[in-house]
Amino acid sequence: MDNESLLNLAPMIGAEQIALLERLSNACGISGDEGEVRTIILEQVKPTVDEVRVDALGNVLAVRKARKETRLRLMVAAHMDEIGLILVEEEEGGLYRFEKIGGIDNRTLVGKMVLVGKDHLPGVIGARPIHLQEEGDDERAIPIDSLKIDLGPGGKAKVGDRVAFATRFQNLGVSLMGKALDNRLGVAALIELLKHPLEYADLCAAFTVQEELGGARGARVAAHAFNPNAAFALDCTPANDLPSWDGSENVTYNTRLDAGAAVYVADRGTLSDPRLVQHVLDTASAAGIFCQVRQPGGGSTDAASIHRVRAGIPSLSISTPGRYLHTPVSIVRLADWQSTLALVYLSLQRLTPDVLGQPR
Amino acid sequence: MKTLIEKLTQAFGPSGYEKEVRQVALDAIKDHVDEWRIDALGNLIARKGTKARDGARIMLSAHIDEIGIIATHIDEKGFVRFTNIGGVRPDNCIAGRVRFLNGARGVIGVERLEPRDKVPSLENLFVDVGATSRADCPVKVGEVAGFERPFLELGTRLVSKAMDDRIAAAILVETLKNLTSSPHELYFVFSTQEEVGLRGATTAAYGIDPEIGISVDVTATGDTPKSSKMEVGLGKGAAIKVRDGGMLSDPRLVQAMIDAAERVSLPYQLEVLEGGTTDARAMQISRSGMPAGCVSIPCRYLHSPSEMVDYQDVQGAVSLLVELLSQPIRLG
Repeated sequence: MDNESLLNLAPMIGAEQIALLERLSNACGISGDEGEVRTIILEQVKPTVDEVRVDALGNVLAVRKARKETRLRLMVAAHMDEIGLILVEEEEGGLYRFEKIGGIDNRTLVGKMVLVGKDHLPGVIGARPIHLQEEGDDERAIPIDSLKIDLGPGGKAKVGDRVAFATRFQNLGVSLMGKALDNRLGVAALIELLKHPLEYADLCAAFTVQEELGGARGARVAAHAFNPNAAFALDCTPANDLPSWDGSENVTYNTRLDAGAAVYVADRGTLSDPRLVQHVLDTASAAGIFCQVRQPGGGSTDAASIHRVRAGIPSLSISTPGRYLHTPVSIVRLADWQSTLALVYLSLQRLTPDVLGQPR
Repeated sequence: MKTLIEKLTQAFGPSGYEKEVRQVALDAIKDHVDEWRIDALGNLIARKGTKARDGARIMLSAHIDEIGIIATHIDEKGFVRFTNIGGVRPDNCIAGRVRFLNGARGVIGVERLEPRDKVPSLENLFVDVGATSRADCPVKVGEVAGFERPFLELGTRLVSKAMDDRIAAAILVETLKNLTSSPHELYFVFSTQEEVGLRGATTAAYGIDPEIGISVDVTATGDTPKSSKMEVGLGKGAAIKVRDGGMLSDPRLVQAMIDAAERVSLPYQLEVLEGGTTDARAMQISRSGMPAGCVSIPCRYLHSPSEMVDYQDVQGAVSLLVELLSQPIRLG
């Protein structure tokens, strides 16, 4: 098959998919409290899948059977949780002390609007006005204990409530902007994949919980339950691709926007299965899909736990690059998201038992 | 056995890319085992024997991966920036030579540092593969390389890159060849991805579901000038691990190893290692758990391209394992 006809088979992202991403991005689903996102996922996948259930940890596990014949069972995992905050102590006048959930830089918290609890109570993480600062204040790190969430005197939240950033999704045409694009992009893509059954493989979709806490806790039990022949983690990865301020060559970009889907060879948690790396890169070149190899290094995805489950599962991660991840707002390119979806779909579609039959 | 050690240590096999070294191990064992398979993570798992009434299902593990590097960026001049696979020390890299999986070779250079005696980090290092630009660089981002350093004999000492843990792979091969009778169902595992977190042994142990787990790995020594304080030294016999940073050996298994050594009058030493761990940790906590222990080979200059062991300790480890596995292991 030539490039064009292969690409024509891949699901496309249009207005409907972007509208769904908007709902998912605006929903609040901090690790351990993913209910709001789960509700949207269940509503979306129920009409199309053959089986769906929610497991003990809150993962949504859905299966779409092969259209022709089941030769492989392939798992795709997309975590539905996001980084955020949790209230730990109520002080007077609607002020709350909080802790972070997942990896957040304190410096990005100051002066941000937040949504607290299931009712999305509006609050703010206040900053001391510049007029009242002392000399040198702006050079010191801000300890988290000195920050409060201010709900106002009428604010009725309780300790343990999760807190999400109040950022609202924006469609900028070429770019998409919002909170929690890590990893609602993956969630929305996986929902779309479930609408396009594979010919010779069952698609085992895991919308996982608690990825941002470390240890990819939801994915571990999901992989044990599915026990698939191979697995893909569908995620977002930082693009640290701004030019260096002094004009020197940026050698630590991780990934770049506009360079397509990011394929992992190695991160802190996983050495991707080389057979799958080759298969995915071959698929990209056969179909003419834009992709980049993510710089090997730190970070990890759901694949970190999936590949070590049971007697081992060949695994690989594919991510959409995004700038400013793990802050209140990220930017991604629509085209990179489209490349990610197309690459995952065609890689699954073209994967045969022969590829996995060669010794790793 | 020295020929096999040389072959195993010289083979390419950074974590996740153990195919070449696995083939060397497979060629050495395949005529001496009842069956073998390669699992999803690339572990070579070979079975020898079946369980007699007083025998057990035992997993023995020697990891075949080694530390290495992986390209993260090719700069405009064709220099390759890289990060580590496993515990690579920057000071051991400088002026070293590497070979990439695709065959490209290179030497490791370092940026000029201020002050001059500053300890470099990996970000200060690069591989010079002889290229002059990004376009003619034979290496791409994501390609893996291993360190190169020839095998060397210095009296009874053997020196090579990747002695950690190919020496143990050689010991497993010799053990399974020398075992004439055993009441046990023995699984010899040439495991992958140990250096990045015991990943191969984790899945191998799940797949085999053994009743006893024993790893064979190298351990540090305290017998070089101003070294860290440690009892273990080269040439004093194989070491029986009591604990390391990730595992407390099952005391019954420690005793069974001591008894085996004493039955055949082998010198041995007891090992208490402060940091680090081995495949035995992964086995001990696999599924519902199992008694686990480790036979260690004292090794100087760990995680450098010139790791040194003593050949007598190596032969001692083979004799210890053969004696241990020839008899029932009573843990009662």
